[in-house]
Amino acid sequence: MKIKTKIKEFVSQSREWTESFSDMSEKRDLPRERVRKEEHMVERILEEKAGHMGLLKWRRLYLVLAAISALTLITVLLVTVANLPGFGEHHEHMDTVAQYYIDKALEETGAMNIVAGMILDYRAFDTLGESFVLFTALNCVLILLRRDFQEEYRLSDYYDLTRDPILRRVGMVVIPCVVSFGVYVMLNGHLSPGGGFSGGAIFGAGLIFLSLAFGDDFAARLVSEKLFKGVAAVALGFYCLAKGYSFFTGANHLESGISLGTPGSIFSSGLILPLNVAVGFVVTLTMYGIYRMFRKGSFK
Amino acid sequence: MRNLINNYEEVFAIVLFGIGFVTLLFHQNLIKKIIGLNIMDTGLYLFLASMGYIYGGDAPIYAENAGFYINPVPAGLVLTGIVVSVSVTAIMLSLSIRLYKRYGTLNLDEIYLVARNKINER
Amino acid sequence: MEVFKLILLSLLVICAISATLSKRLLASVIIFMAYSLVMSIVWILLESPDLAITEAAVGAGVSGILFLMTLKKLHRTEIDTEDEDQD
Repeated sequence: MKIKTKIKEFVSQSREWTESFSDMSEKRDLPRERVRKEEHMVERILEEKAGHMGLLKWRRLYLVLAAISALTLITVLLVTVANLPGFGEHHEHMDTVAQYYIDKALEETGAMNIVAGMILDYRAFDTLGESFVLFTALNCVLILLRRDFQEEYRLSDYYDLTRDPILRRVGMVVIPCVVSFGVYVMLNGHLSPGGGFSGGAIFGAGLIFLSLAFGDDFAARLVSEKLFKGVAAVALGFYCLAKGYSFFTGANHLESGISLGTPGSIFSSGLILPLNVAVGFVVTLTMYGIYRMFRKGSFK
Repeated sequence: MRNLINNYEEVFAIVLFGIGFVTLLFHQNLIKKIIGLNIMDTGLYLFLASMGYIYGGDAPIYAENAGFYINPVPAGLVLTGIVVSVSVTAIMLSLSIRLYKRYGTLNLDEIYLVARNKINER
Repeated sequence: MEVFKLILLSLLVICAISATLSKRLLASVIIFMAYSLVMSIVWILLESPDLAITEAAVGAGVSGILFLMTLKKLHRTEIDTEDEDQD
């Protein structure tokens, strides 16, 4: 709707311009430069109009192409689903890798949680890449949203919720529970559902809640920029040292040499517990850092 | 056709994927496009996780009285995917904030027109 | 259990469609957060508690907050309808 009215405006405007231009060109006593200026403006308006018309044409073509491609994609996917094996059935010849993990995970990695044993022992190098993806995303957001030092931030840019008594009271009760549950999930990743990714997300959400309820200054005093940088560097560096060496040994030598301990106790399963904590801190700092960038554009 | 009804979970996943894809293609608003991409993501995760489900299986955590476990591989893939999708969302949102600050609108067509006019003025 | 799962799955589709079609950006973001919560219950029914915890913390919590803060930054939380100019 909006574009159509805009086009109508432009068309009528350009008509007026061309009419006035033809009027003026008849009067020979005008200075030549001014005539040239008018010519230039008319050209520009005609170009803009052409841009609108081209956009409309392109929009129609785009709509048709998009509809065709969406329909094709959904049809292909549905046909594929119709030829898949049934939902919930077990096929042994298709699940050999999963069967290997289920049979051997406890004795080879020492983790009760097969998923944790999988992503932090068998595929630990892959998870290293994932945590670097998170860190890179944080850096991108930092580059895009970081506030310049000259630019002052306006108070109207963000809500100040610290005077809200409901939020503060609820926060006093809920924030310790959320943070301690996050740490619990992070530390028990090899025994119970969860692990670094889930626990880090919960911990980060708790920090975000803290920063919302008790003010940015309080949270900035708690998690300063120095601490942020230090913890991120230590967590990523530790993960790199622990699993990066397999890159140079042809991904063959994956044993850590630490004894696996008795399955079920908290200090067991070798490197999985520290790696869980490292991944959890990376995820926490990513969530919290992205929030800070969106909120104020700085860690202060 | 009977297989489609039998695989209803995957069919729902494909429907969610399609809704997200259509949103991504047909909406002009950038925030709506990002929501569509997120819906696409979750549809894909639902597809993966339902491929690994086995009737009567337990969650893949060792227990003494467990019979057999579901396939743990899709769970491991999706677990990292969910967290990565949040960071992708954050990057897209910050890019659209920058676009809004420069062009004053979230509509893609208007952004195109304003950018074109700026080039012409130069 | 099958009926419950079917109800949840159709709720997911309804949430997705209404998040797409709603005219106000704030409403569609909130519907998207509800969508994530329903999704986390579906994960539990699919016997993946890891995914349920992560989705509940991430989908409904962090990414919802990011969307809302973006809308606040763009001053779109007021009664500001989306520009519907599809012809």
